[in-house]
Amino acid sequence: MTKKYTKDHEWVRIEGDVAVVGISNFAAEQLGDVVYVELPAIGKAVKQGADMAVVESAKAASDVYAPISGEIVAVNDALNGNPEKVNEGPEGDGWFVKIKVANASELEALMDEAAYADFAKA
Amino acid sequence: MTATVSGNHGLQQAEGLLFDFASLKRTGVDMPAPRGRPDRLGGLGRKVAPPLPGLSEPEAVRHYVRLSQKNYAIDLGLFPLGSCTMKHNPRLNERMARLEGFADLHPLQPMQTVQGALLLMEELSRWLMTLTGMEAVALSPKAGAHGELCGMLAIRAALIARGEGETRKRVLVPESAHGTNPATAAACGFIVDEIHATDDGHVDIEDLKKKLGPDVAGIMLTNPNTCGLFERDIRTIADLIHGAGGYFYCDGANYNAIVGRVRPGDLGVDAMHINLHKTFSTPHGGGGPGAGPTVLSEALAPFAPVPLITLHGENRELIEHSEGTQAFGRMCAFHGQMGMFTRALTYMMSHGSDGLRQVAEDAVLNANYLLARLKLHFSAPFGERPCMHEVLLDDSSIKPKGVETIDMAKALLDEGYHPFTTYFPLVVHGAMLIEPTETEPKRELDRFADVMIALAERVKAGEVEFFKQAPKLTPMRRLDDTRAARQPKLRWRRGENSGAAAKHAAE
Repeated sequence: MTKKYTKDHEWVRIEGDVAVVGISNFAAEQLGDVVYVELPAIGKAVKQGADMAVVESAKAASDVYAPISGEIVAVNDALNGNPEKVNEGPEGDGWFVKIKVANASELEALMDEAAYADFAKA
Repeated sequence: MTATVSGNHGLQQAEGLLFDFASLKRTGVDMPAPRGRPDRLGGLGRKVAPPLPGLSEPEAVRHYVRLSQKNYAIDLGLFPLGSCTMKHNPRLNERMARLEGFADLHPLQPMQTVQGALLLMEELSRWLMTLTGMEAVALSPKAGAHGELCGMLAIRAALIARGEGETRKRVLVPESAHGTNPATAAACGFIVDEIHATDDGHVDIEDLKKKLGPDVAGIMLTNPNTCGLFERDIRTIADLIHGAGGYFYCDGANYNAIVGRVRPGDLGVDAMHINLHKTFSTPHGGGGPGAGPTVLSEALAPFAPVPLITLHGENRELIEHSEGTQAFGRMCAFHGQMGMFTRALTYMMSHGSDGLRQVAEDAVLNANYLLARLKLHFSAPFGERPCMHEVLLDDSSIKPKGVETIDMAKALLDEGYHPFTTYFPLVVHGAMLIEPTETEPKRELDRFADVMIALAERVKAGEVEFFKQAPKLTPMRRLDDTRAARQPKLRWRRGENSGAAAKHAAE
């Protein structure tokens, strides 16, 4: 399964019935050095497009929105105390949360890699 | 930078941390240990002296004077910090505030001994209500965000009085809003719902329409907005929100751009705070305190918090209790920032209504003059239209060359200026927000513009390293703000960091 992207610069990758979610390379670069990440509680229900986490850099604090509805089943604890992991690998080790997908068809509304690259360029 | 033996740079004195070099042994006052008195502390007295720093009087004086050399101040030069309105604090204000009849009051003095002060508060209220075209004013809020809280609590009280306190919970906030707006709404128990901005920096009316409904309590909107633009659809926005049964909170932080020209009451505003420390020239940015009187429309006036001034025969009195009235309560223990009331009213009366109109006109003219000069050299996101009181630039034209907003700000330090506001508003990437205020004469505006343009020329010439090395002439070079935020050291501890600051300064 390839990655999908939102217009709010989150990425989502499906692994079985779980979606791994983070912020895009582009978003991390725009934010600059990330200094703090606030992650949701495990077990929390999130809705597509609703805010679920906060990422803060020296420049700005931004909400991170759930790209897909479901239940938070895991959060990347490594980001607590090591927020630089977001800059080191936004679309790898710097993932934010894992969501148990409620409705996979929601993915259809998101952009694929090529469409997102065009979107970020504009 | 040439290193000196002393660590001083010319007449700029280097100074370490007080706790690093001060000791109680050097304190100027010797107190003999008390003798022959019974210990009344029941054995709970300190066993060891607290680790306070101690200095002789001349050392203490020098410590603070040396630190003050590192300050930047509006009394020193143009303070271009956008969204902050760093304008001159007239000395006449200070003189009036120091008159003993105002300066030496106690908030619990008998009413008949403070009639002059109450008259001053009443007169200030009259000016604020007349200028804004509003029905009531609460003077007591202590600053902008406290004023927001006052306005939103009045809205909540009005909704409760209508029996809609539980059903109207949603507050609409445009994405370009001051961060305090959504925070205030949330603190009042409302749910914040964001409204998008259009590409030209305004509230997206179509998005607003979509988000209206029977659960909407109101909207919080800054006008002129944080992009330095007047919300041209503000009447439509007011009508839409009123049509949906909600109230209109206007963040008055940028009122200085329209004072004397526009009455927010005419625009349909229900509540607005006024930063006396911006629009009405009282000190802020370390010199404060702030003051945020909040004006209320006819619909919200009955809910204004106490204290309220009333006339009782010849005498003015303060209504201090809200019981038996619709007042939602009170915002603070006493009556607000009396010293700021005196300064603000002095500013109003010394300018007059025509002078206040000119304040807004000159602030806007100064900003547009800077915009006209700078937009030829920088990207100005909404620069095709006149701005209000502040100039919004971004780093999109310099970033491809390797120089960002932060580098520009650091280079300005070497030129002897406090930087502009960086990376705000958030809706514009790499924002540089410049607010000259009406304080600056053309000579100062030109000097600042010349500096900015010279820096733009350096970018064009590819002098990236010049920017990355900046600032070179300041007491401290570029600080690692990322590390400071990731691993904050919030408390001085002996043996940690000692001397690091001074060493860094000398490099």
